[in-house]
Amino acid sequence: MYTEAVQRLRFTFGVDGALRYLSVLDMGRLWERLLRRAALPLVFSQGFNPHPRLAFGAPLPVGYASTMDLIDIYLGAPVASDKALARARSNSPAGLSITAVEEVDLRAPALQAVMRSADYEVHFWSDATPDQVQRAIDRVLGCTTLPFTRERAGHVAAFDLRPLILGAVYLGREQEHRLRVSMVCNPQGAGRPEDLVAALALPVTHWAVCRTALHWEGDGEA
Amino acid sequence: MQIPDETLDRILLHVSKPARYVGHEWNSITKDWSSLTATIALAYPDLYELGMSNLGLALLYDAVNRQPTYAAERVYAPWPDMEAALRAQGLPLYSLETHHALADFDVLGFTLQCELTYTNVLNILDLGGVPVLADQRGSDAPLVIAGGSCTYNPEPMVPFIDAFALGEGEELIVEIMDAVARAREAAASRCELLRALAAIPGVYVPSLYTPIYGSAGELKGLRAQSDAPEKITKRILAQLPPALTQPVVPHLQATHDRAALEIQRGCSRGCRCCQAGIIYRPIRERPVDETLQAIDDLIAHTGYDEVGLVSLSSSDHSGIATIVSETLARHSDDGVGVSLPSLRIDSFSVELARMISSRRKSGFTFAPEAGSQRLRNVINKGVTEEDLLRTAQAAFEHGWNHIKLYFMIGLPTETDTDVAEIARLAHDLARLGRELRGRRIEIAISVSTFVPKPHTPFQWEPLIAYPDLIRRQRLLRDALRGKTFKLSCSDWNATWLEALIARGDRRLGGVIYRAWQLGARFDAWSEGLNVALWEQALQEDSAAPDDADWHPRRDAELHRRRAREEWLPWRHIDVGVSPDFLWAEYERALRGELSPDCRDNCHSCGITLTFAAEREAVAADAWGCP
Repeated sequence: MYTEAVQRLRFTFGVDGALRYLSVLDMGRLWERLLRRAALPLVFSQGFNPHPRLAFGAPLPVGYASTMDLIDIYLGAPVASDKALARARSNSPAGLSITAVEEVDLRAPALQAVMRSADYEVHFWSDATPDQVQRAIDRVLGCTTLPFTRERAGHVAAFDLRPLILGAVYLGREQEHRLRVSMVCNPQGAGRPEDLVAALALPVTHWAVCRTALHWEGDGEA
Repeated sequence: MQIPDETLDRILLHVSKPARYVGHEWNSITKDWSSLTATIALAYPDLYELGMSNLGLALLYDAVNRQPTYAAERVYAPWPDMEAALRAQGLPLYSLETHHALADFDVLGFTLQCELTYTNVLNILDLGGVPVLADQRGSDAPLVIAGGSCTYNPEPMVPFIDAFALGEGEELIVEIMDAVARAREAAASRCELLRALAAIPGVYVPSLYTPIYGSAGELKGLRAQSDAPEKITKRILAQLPPALTQPVVPHLQATHDRAALEIQRGCSRGCRCCQAGIIYRPIRERPVDETLQAIDDLIAHTGYDEVGLVSLSSSDHSGIATIVSETLARHSDDGVGVSLPSLRIDSFSVELARMISSRRKSGFTFAPEAGSQRLRNVINKGVTEEDLLRTAQAAFEHGWNHIKLYFMIGLPTETDTDVAEIARLAHDLARLGRELRGRRIEIAISVSTFVPKPHTPFQWEPLIAYPDLIRRQRLLRDALRGKTFKLSCSDWNATWLEALIARGDRRLGGVIYRAWQLGARFDAWSEGLNVALWEQALQEDSAAPDDADWHPRRDAELHRRRAREEWLPWRHIDVGVSPDFLWAEYERALRGELSPDCRDNCHSCGITLTFAAEREAVAADAWGCP
């Protein structure tokens, strides 16, 4: 069993369909099993119940789709990245699409520690007119503070939503209204696009979110 | 109807653990329905996490899906929040694979593993758009079948189930699908289909039988329609089928979150309180080479980090030491561990547990079942106090600071003195542990209440009276205070309900129906069981005018000793073991006589007579019978 890493591979992947409903812990188990099936030389933590060493870029909330998620895998023996990609892909369940792999310096910081922001495409269903939606967005972006209360699973959190919103652009209406949103996603916390939708104060029946990009310190985008 | 994904998306965001309801797991099988001649939804009447831990249903899923023109899909009981969401939106309960409403399937197959899941069966039918009562199902409704260990007394579920499949189902379920496909092809009536099913060995079609009651409402017999068999014998496979190596890997952490491999069916120990020890006879072992290959395949196909070697008594497998050591050796690089769910009480088991713990730390558990030697002899638990102490000593010497013990209260002939012996034994073990470990150890003691089950030597016995139980539970609580002991006792309400249903006859179906109507769900869950609903259902039932001469008379029924000649509600169900053997074992129990392991000397239980043809078809040493 390998305990020392000699290689770190960063997979870029998307999540859709049934897998949107997995929790972060479930997604961790899914990757562990996928990598074991792929017979990659994983590095294990030491202790009574060894676990393979892997780290997600940013946890994806339950219910969200994604076209860009990241996971770092630590290997105890070198594997050519195209070979690792092929093996991981052929062991991926429906709903998981691995799009790229790259080798990363073993000493580079953990992704979660340097994560800065995330982009989302948000769809919501509402009787509101495009004008009303645009005005609501302008109102939210025009605020300097936006006190917000979120209740989830019995927990109530009160916080200022405004500083978590980095940008919001209305894309128009197909059957539903569409927004492109950029929100803070760093070690201190992450903005949730559905909170932004709630803050618009429009009659919304339901929504769907897809995360389309992650931005972190040193991601080459400057 | 197939429920569109967009429709589901609207409700799944608002329920707890939505991953229970979406499917498309690794190794799940989705077929194109246009090419199929028969479909079945396999239903586990409890949560996904529990159902996905059930090996039996996984075997049937595999058996059906191997047939190119049949499809098996899965469905589990929705938690109340999901039930509310489905009902609010007017959506039917659906299968995980293709999201078809349950009413769209040709067959709906339930596994009945626990009496306290029965109201969930009714609820699944109702949510799936299938009439709950069998006699209200028209020709377009699915055929509703049930199998599993509880169907060895099928009678309480008769009002809801069209046909019961008794015994091992790997071949039987395919024969049932064949009959359904033929009936579909021939556009046969429901009645014709049921008659065709009744002709298949191991299938019990209850509508072909009429109960006969005596003047006091007592059950006196069952009249079979002319062409239906008087006795329905369970099915077995002459040898273990090839291991399942591509099971569905659940999205959520399952109750048993590991790959499961059956290494043995049946048990030779003959504990008289144990139903599994009777109904899973005869003993069939999976050969060591086949087992090792299957473990490798399972890990490669699932990616699990642990394999559970499943059987009723894992350390009884003749090659278990080789299997464990070889598996650990082969998987030293990928961190795969082994677990053995059921170890007997001896130092060999400690050795096995030690090997396993080199990879994965787990607790050390054993089941003396009774505290006194006298009572252990009554139940034929062939374990002495010396065995217990030696096993515990070995466990402590190998580094365990925490052990777990299983006991039962309410065993036949039990007195307060026997129960006090549980506490005495626990104190002795605690002292031993302290001496050997040089520190305080922890002993978890789980005490369940014995329910006399059908087809066991104790099937004629009453359930323990409530005051006796409470007194004995209190006796243990008082004697096992302090941080060393962690005592848990089972809940009386769950116990009497289980006993009432497990031993009830056909008329109990009305009570189950009413309890479900009143809102009973998830009765096996402490947060689910609302006993007031059952009390009300029982009361209403006993007041019903059409039944004035009979009602389940809860207390009288529960605590009544049955006479040998009484017609027990499960008398027409043949598990291959003769009632005379069970009675002889009952008498030996009352005399405190042991019946040693039957691998060494046959006690003529009848299994080799019932299945003489099956035994002849395999090698002479294929079964554990001498």
